[in-house]
Amino acid sequence: MKSYTYYPGCSAEATASPLGLSVPPVAKALDMDLVELEDWNCCGSTPYWSVDKLEAACMAARNLALAEKTGFDLVTPCSNCFVILHSTNNHLKELPPFRERVNEALAAAKLEYGGGVRVRHLAEVLYTDITPEGIGAKVTKPLKGLKVAPYYGCQLVRPNGFDDPESPHSLDEMVASLGADVVSWPLKAHCCGSSLVMPEPDVALELINKLLKNAQGNGAQCLITPCPLCQINLDAYQSQVNSRFKTKYNLPVLFVTQLMGVALGIPAKALALSRNIVSPMRVLAPYL
Amino acid sequence: MAETMVEAPVETGFTDEVCSIPGGEAIRSCIQCGMCTGSCPTASKWDYPPRKAIAMVRAGLRYELLSSNSMWFCASCYTCTVRCPRDIKPADIMHALEIIAIRSGLSTKRSRTPVMYQCFVDSARGNGRVYELGMMIKLFLRTNPFAAIKLAPVGLGLFLHKRLPLRPTRIKGMGELKAILNKAKALGGAK
Repeated sequence: MKSYTYYPGCSAEATASPLGLSVPPVAKALDMDLVELEDWNCCGSTPYWSVDKLEAACMAARNLALAEKTGFDLVTPCSNCFVILHSTNNHLKELPPFRERVNEALAAAKLEYGGGVRVRHLAEVLYTDITPEGIGAKVTKPLKGLKVAPYYGCQLVRPNGFDDPESPHSLDEMVASLGADVVSWPLKAHCCGSSLVMPEPDVALELINKLLKNAQGNGAQCLITPCPLCQINLDAYQSQVNSRFKTKYNLPVLFVTQLMGVALGIPAKALALSRNIVSPMRVLAPYL
Repeated sequence: MAETMVEAPVETGFTDEVCSIPGGEAIRSCIQCGMCTGSCPTASKWDYPPRKAIAMVRAGLRYELLSSNSMWFCASCYTCTVRCPRDIKPADIMHALEIIAIRSGLSTKRSRTPVMYQCFVDSARGNGRVYELGMMIKLFLRTNPFAAIKLAPVGLGLFLHKRLPLRPTRIKGMGELKAILNKAKALGGAK
């Protein structure tokens, strides 16, 4: 059993709680030892990055310094946390004067970061370490006949991605390993508008509508995504899209780990399926 | 537009200012090919789309650009970044412009994003973790309370599905985190 230091991120405890709740049972079923990073703090996220870079780097670096002590790879299921932690890690390695100043600030809490942590996205770990074959071998309820559109979003594959940044395939392979039918759709790695949905809803709703239209038009019965922001935009804002564009979408949007959990035979309750806004129960009923 | 651009003051240090922020270093390599603008999902909303914004940095049109809504419409999708033939990281340049705009007090009133970012940062600073409900309420109170009414069903849906806790989570090491952030501030902020 391989060990990892686990960083859930703030959303996984609130707006993306179906993600936060479904990760541990799936990890257990796949023999992964995820140990939550003790007293982790917010990664800083894109907003902090866009307000003050040194402070933002310090927010991320406190987590990196704490993770370095554990000696394991730092794994997060959140695409934005991944970009922030990974990019900060790169800046600290590539820009020695910047690293010195971050370490000077960390010293105020008797911490130091030596640059030794490998930051990874949970989806990448599932794909690379566990592998689609390894996941397939543990499937007890194959999702035969279920048409799933894998939605990568942006920050899993850009700019630090392990997969093709424009035409990724890792989630496709994992969905196939669950026995489901993979829906091929051109917009699978296009932007959903991310957090612009709050300050500029018009811009984001337009992008969300394009995605839902494209997924549904290609035959999807549900979508899966690894990203908290993508999931909220496509799931919680789906009714807003329907009233704005006079559409009738009723497309469940699951976190990758939720769908994987169903195929692994984990009970619906442990996967927090009742917390999805557009209920996935109708399309998942044959497999539960 | 051309008229105001001629009248706006030209600031020669603007490119260096962007270069000094991690991620902004490569701006001088831009060849103005327009790949960034062609790739941007929100470019039609920007006062000056990415390619033009980058040209304005190099031309020293600091006030003009920083008081526009441009960079605030960047959704950080990084499509420009992976397609840029010169590896200049346009999305990171937009983040650098946001930092400089806030530092200079030049943020536009025609985008609510600067206020959202500030509400987010206050929340992260205050508890060590982001308290999403608190941040949303603050954002709408500070920008457009009427928009909150329109989006209320979304918030209610999240709440009813147990996805919007009513209380913030605070980290144990809040004192340490504050000490780190205060030290960072003393070291000169975003430079």
